[in-house]
Amino acid sequence: MQNKLSPFLKTVMIFGYAFLYLPILTLIIFSFNSSRQVTVWQGFSTRWYTALLQDETLLKSLLISLQVATSAATLAVILGTLAAISLVRFGRFKGRGFFGILTTAPMIMPEVITGLSLLLLFVGLEQIIGWPHGRGIFTITLAHTTLCMAYVTIVVRGRLVDMDVSLEEAALDLGARPIKVFTAIILPIIFPALLSGWLLAFALSLDDLVIASFVAGPGSSTLPMVIFSSIRFGITPQINALATLIISTVAIGVMIAGWLMHRNK
Amino acid sequence: MKSILRKLKLNFSSPFWVTAIPFGWLLLFFLIPFLIVLKISFSDLRFGLPPYAPLMEWTSEGLLIIKINLTNYTFIGTDSLYLFAYLDSLTIALLGTIGCLCIGYPMAYGIAKASPSKRTILLMLVILPFWTSFLLRVYAWIGILSPQGYINTLLINLGLISTPLSLIDNTFATVLGIIYCYLPFMILPLYAFLEKIDYALLEAAYDLGARPFQAFIRIIWPLSRPGVIAGSLLVFIPAVGEFVIPELLGGSQTLMIGKVIWNEFFTNRTWPVAAALAVIMLVFLILPIAIFQRYQEQQVRFLDAE
Repeated sequence: MQNKLSPFLKTVMIFGYAFLYLPILTLIIFSFNSSRQVTVWQGFSTRWYTALLQDETLLKSLLISLQVATSAATLAVILGTLAAISLVRFGRFKGRGFFGILTTAPMIMPEVITGLSLLLLFVGLEQIIGWPHGRGIFTITLAHTTLCMAYVTIVVRGRLVDMDVSLEEAALDLGARPIKVFTAIILPIIFPALLSGWLLAFALSLDDLVIASFVAGPGSSTLPMVIFSSIRFGITPQINALATLIISTVAIGVMIAGWLMHRNK
Repeated sequence: MKSILRKLKLNFSSPFWVTAIPFGWLLLFFLIPFLIVLKISFSDLRFGLPPYAPLMEWTSEGLLIIKINLTNYTFIGTDSLYLFAYLDSLTIALLGTIGCLCIGYPMAYGIAKASPSKRTILLMLVILPFWTSFLLRVYAWIGILSPQGYINTLLINLGLISTPLSLIDNTFATVLGIIYCYLPFMILPLYAFLEKIDYALLEAAYDLGARPFQAFIRIIWPLSRPGVIAGSLLVFIPAVGEFVIPELLGGSQTLMIGKVIWNEFFTNRTWPVAAALAVIMLVFLILPIAIFQRYQEQQVRFLDAE
């Protein structure tokens, strides 16, 4: 049955992959264009990459984004793992259904709603208890953690469900304490899921524009916010250069991850 | 609370905090914020910071006055701009979902039928764009579609057209952007179901004389339907509230509700109106979200039973 793709399926697949990759390819090609006018090719140049490295606003926002993404991904992995363990291993406790809905909802909620509601929460909290004081990196991190933990929960949950419970039962029967069962058995088995959950959360946080725009304060513009304000007024070759750097970093990362997973199998 | 504790003890003798911490986090940073949005959608606009009036006030006689104010909602109801924005959002999201399904289904089917080694690569190629910047992928289309963009430049140089086609700043470009950005969300759940199908069923159908189309309609399609539903909702729900795509590709004539909320909030600073608009959008989305959640739970139960 395999390898017998009909001509129709083959055509659609070629078209589909071209659709996914041609736009990205144009970004990369024209990042090496020497002309300021992005769409007319005038010769090979790396001047936009040099310009990129000298753009201080952009570099500062990159640092902020990396800082937010690292803490949000780490927090999201901790919270998401706890949520996944509760949902998979604790049976039918009261409120489990509601808890299950709450854990997946941030994933599909339109970002405009999530961003708006979190900002209103932060403003309200500051009025009532004076915390969080103002908005900035801290509030963006809290918001991104909430968004990302939904994805982590799903990834870890899938792994926990696949996992053989008898190992845990055996350990418990032999007198291991729950904490010991977690660190000695569950953690090593779900570790790949934690890693991919962390990476996914990191990428999502690095990518988010809408939620960050709502909950950011003065001086805490993230990378997508800076990119957005510059591309709103049209295309600039410098952004093409940035896109090329981001895409190649991600591509190399995904390829390494894919190769590692393939080797482990 | 006590019963949760007891159940936890029975099942795993695990500490209560394992559930309480993520639960508490989601209550504080996800559920309560919605209640605040709901509250502010009923409050008066006022100048200052924050730009809304409190709902509850203590009078000098010690009376608590609660003012529920529906003006934001009646204001939205009387201005047809908002109605059009909602209709536009639903139409564009629907067209985007259909587009994703038309391209995504055959692709997912093709991936599921490829040999295992090819399958890994093909899947990775679908996931890869999802990991790169969403914003920059939308940006790529500006270069392609704009009047001085690659398509128009190419067509003019070939002598096929003399004036640039208006490919950007319209509904077409917005729908195209949605299909492009959300395609992986459609392919992945579809693939998950198409891959599980036992293709011996198909051979049996052929042996019994079914035509390919008939076999597809009666076997493959019903078995992949949960994937179609999940994928469609994963595209439709976020697409209704999309901001970046209509802002960058839709121009001033495409008024999707996400963009309207953004403008009310950041440009006009009318927070209560923005809150009311968000509440109404959520009302539209409650049914699709509920279906998606039910589907998710079924999925997990199915996995649990395995």
